[in-house]
Amino acid sequence: MNDLLAGLSEALRLIVTLDADLIEITLRSLQVTLTALVIACAIGLPLGGWLAVRRFRMRRAVIATMNALIGLPPVVVGLIVYLMFSRSGPFGVLGLLFTPTAMIVAQVIIITPLVASIAHQAMRDLWSEYHDLLISMNASRRQRIVTLMLDGRRALLTAALAGFGRAIGEVGAIMIVGGNIDGATRVLTTAIALETGRGNFALALGLGLILIALALIVSLASHWALRTERRGRW
Amino acid sequence: MVNVLPLTLTGAVLTRRDKVLVGPVDLTLGARGITVVIGPNGSGKTSLLRMMHGLQRVTQGSVDWAVPDAQARRRQAYVFQQPIALRRSVLANLIYPLRLHGVPRPQAEAEGRAIAARFGLSGKLAQSAPSLSGGEMQSLALARALITRPDVLFADEPCAALDGQTTRRIEAHLTAAAGAGTRLIMATHDMGQARRLADQVIFLLHGRIHEMGDARPFFNGPATPEAAAFLRGDIVD
Ligand SMILES: Nc1ncnc2c1ncn2[C@@H]1O[C@H](COP(=O)(O)OP(=O)(O)OP(=O)(O)O)[C@@H](O)[C@H]1O
Ligand SMILES: [Mg+2]
Repeated sequence: MNDLLAGLSEALRLIVTLDADLIEITLRSLQVTLTALVIACAIGLPLGGWLAVRRFRMRRAVIATMNALIGLPPVVVGLIVYLMFSRSGPFGVLGLLFTPTAMIVAQVIIITPLVASIAHQAMRDLWSEYHDLLISMNASRRQRIVTLMLDGRRALLTAALAGFGRAIGEVGAIMIVGGNIDGATRVLTTAIALETGRGNFALALGLGLILIALALIVSLASHWALRTERRGRW
Repeated sequence: MVNVLPLTLTGAVLTRRDKVLVGPVDLTLGARGITVVIGPNGSGKTSLLRMMHGLQRVTQGSVDWAVPDAQARRRQAYVFQQPIALRRSVLANLIYPLRLHGVPRPQAEAEGRAIAARFGLSGKLAQSAPSLSGGEMQSLALARALITRPDVLFADEPCAALDGQTTRRIEAHLTAAAGAGTRLIMATHDMGQARRLADQVIFLLHGRIHEMGDARPFFNGPATPEAAAFLRGDIVD
């Protein structure tokens, strides 16, 4: 209980004093996660729509694989990305290991299946509703997918938020490929792991509370954004 | 522009899991007029319309238009027995087919407002379509189908949920569309409506065309006892 209170007051102190390290770490967390999320959505949302409207022989297998990839252990993803980017790996010449870029790559791999899967489920349901109409109106495949994405945007937001939640709280993979280097690749989660290890519980807890607040703010903000948009004319 | 009609069905059969839903059907529908499909519940009216429109592929025989299928499809519209509303505003629903055809938004919206006025939907343009009443939704579905001025309109019981006044208004739109050159093929269970609108009647029974011909002679004296019984409102089997 004491630790919790201490954590709370530490979090408050860090925020009120606009602690430079805290701001840097938080911004990097956001930068890495949002970049990864944008890429994952750019891949996962259309992929989910495509899988919803397209019938092909391997469809079930592709969907099963996608769903299985949700359970991919982040540490293993981290390990694989590490091997890819390590000096002797296939992408070693790029020199990306222990940079935010490597962390983004790992996060994209971790959250794309989740984003695509949630998007696919939502758009598959919408597709069964729209199917006859869009076939009757002779909509092209592209038009079908765009229609599902537009009209299912609420569910797509949920998919994106789930991806954001998973990415912002991820620690295993980005610890391995980022290295938790102060001033370069340290983010909220890796900082928490470090401070906990050092026994700085109050600081760790403070960072943890900020992490939770961040996830909440993003979620509320995006729901609010969609609500306002809905009131506008569509 | 060549007309997509006549439509010719040759030995057309539609099956689902080895069960014959309609057919075999042989018929030719000419370029003009209103064809009304009647028959008891489950006789295959919906299945016949869907098969003609190409929503369901025939298992045997063929469905042929005067132009290649891809071209023919673009000039048809279909109003479903259960109206399908896109989860968008009424206006967005109305202009959707135009937008699919690449009509620029301002022009599409102008046309959407114009057709909404004719269908009594002007006050509902901003409302979300799924929240419309059943009857309003049917009006919307018909207006949305007519906005592209299709050569052929399939309408599956387009007035099923409408009150008398709205039914008359919809019927006026249907006759107007037919007068303007849209070939109308509709199913209805309302014999009054069938009498008012039909130039030609198809009487279906157990998935087959039991009787087909010009409306006036059909309603005055059907050739088969089953059709006569159906018109009287008796049980047909
Ligand atoms: N997808 C399907 N699978 C199996 N049977 C079907 C399917 N669709 C329709 N049927 C059957 O085909 C027959 C004809 O159905 P259809 O909907 O064409 O009748 P209808 O004349 O339109 O009836 P209603 O007047 O009730 O609308 C019915 O017995 C129905 O149960
Ligand atoms: Mg029917």
